[in-house]
Amino acid sequence: MTLKDFIDKLLRRQPASAETAKERLQLVLAHDRSDLNPELLEQMRREILEVVARYVEIDLAEGDVSLETEDRVTALVANLPIRRSIAQPSKGGTL
Amino acid sequence: MSTTRTILICSGKGGVGKTTTTANLGIALARQGAKTVVLDADFGLRNLDLLLGLENRIVYTAQEVLAETCRLEQALVKHKQEPNLALLPAGNPRMLEWLKPKDMQAIVALLERQFDYVLIDCPAGIEDGFKNAAAAAREAVVITTPEVAAVRDADRVIGLLNTKGVQPVQLVLNRVRPKMMSNQEMLSVDDVTDILALPLLGLVFEDEQVIVSTNRGEPLTLSDSSSPAAQAYGNIAQRLQGEDIPLMDPSQARRGLRARMRKLMQTRIF
Ligand SMILES: Nc1ncnc2c1ncn2[C@@H]1O[C@H](COP(=O)(O)OP(=O)(O)OP(=O)(O)O)[C@@H](O)[C@H]1O
Ligand SMILES: [Mg+2]
Repeated sequence: MTLKDFIDKLLRRQPASAETAKERLQLVLAHDRSDLNPELLEQMRREILEVVARYVEIDLAEGDVSLETEDRVTALVANLPIRRSIAQPSKGGTL
Repeated sequence: MSTTRTILICSGKGGVGKTTTTANLGIALARQGAKTVVLDADFGLRNLDLLLGLENRIVYTAQEVLAETCRLEQALVKHKQEPNLALLPAGNPRMLEWLKPKDMQAIVALLERQFDYVLIDCPAGIEDGFKNAAAAAREAVVITTPEVAAVRDADRVIGLLNTKGVQPVQLVLNRVRPKMMSNQEMLSVDDVTDILALPLLGLVFEDEQVIVSTNRGEPLTLSDSSSPAAQAYGNIAQRLQGEDIPLMDPSQARRGLRARMRKLMQTRIF
């Protein structure tokens, strides 16, 4: 945090708009570049969570799957807090 | 293979400075001794002739050259004060109905026989006009301003240029306002280059002289103007020619107490 951010916070002023612009651009470009619309992304998120939930117990509310972009490379980033792994996956069982 | 540098000047978003850049770079390169032609590929809304002050000297256009009803030499409009520069004017807007990428390639191939630089003033958008112009280009300069919509559209264009194999693609950041940048109310130079991940060919400040010069039809680079935009375009031309010219620093444009105060405010405290 810079001195300016600190004073802004004290005075409850809005952060300077350049930072907001950068954050909004990064988000919208991640979507533009991947050609995934929010609906598809949401569907993918649900399916990923479903698959992961077969192996480990995850916090579905906390689970987050999003697109991040750096240097024109867009990555799918999943952040899935694990409560605990599901005890003894049934050997030979169907998945 | 010719050694001509055929450069597309494009942006995606309209009105960010493609034509201004094409005119000023064209004159600057010509003044530096390079035989340069500027090609108006904005057939719908041609303006390059006006910015160069050549609007009354057009007889033939790219259209007649393509139809072979005139020779290329007849269509080229030579600049009086700067004879190293020629303009190939855009034809009738109805050309848009039939023009194909191979037509642009044919025109550019003719130009590449006699010029060192071919600068193509691209129309806004990413539709046919852009695609036709891009098909003829070897490299590109993408113009953007430090605004969200312009940067987003530039990103789209960069993606398309990458898939078409246009190389290198460099960035010009136009209409920079140092004061707004230092107040962090405008995307910084680093913000834009980080987001678009392109090498920066130059930055051009917001400059009233740009408007004055378009009123007169005399690009800033035609005279030894000391205005910031004139210098910026001169520098960009030199960098295109491979010279190592340092970039302008927007924060240096505003020194003094207020700038120091602002620096203090940017100090990290925790
Ligand atoms: N650095 C600058 N400072 C001040 N004004 C500028 C600057 N660059 C461009 N302009 C102004 O912005 C306007 C648009 O410029 P220009 O016509 O070059 O954009 P363009 O990208 O070619 O537009 P179009 O997409 O319509 O072809 C013009 O009025 C021009 O004078
Ligand atoms: Mg234009």
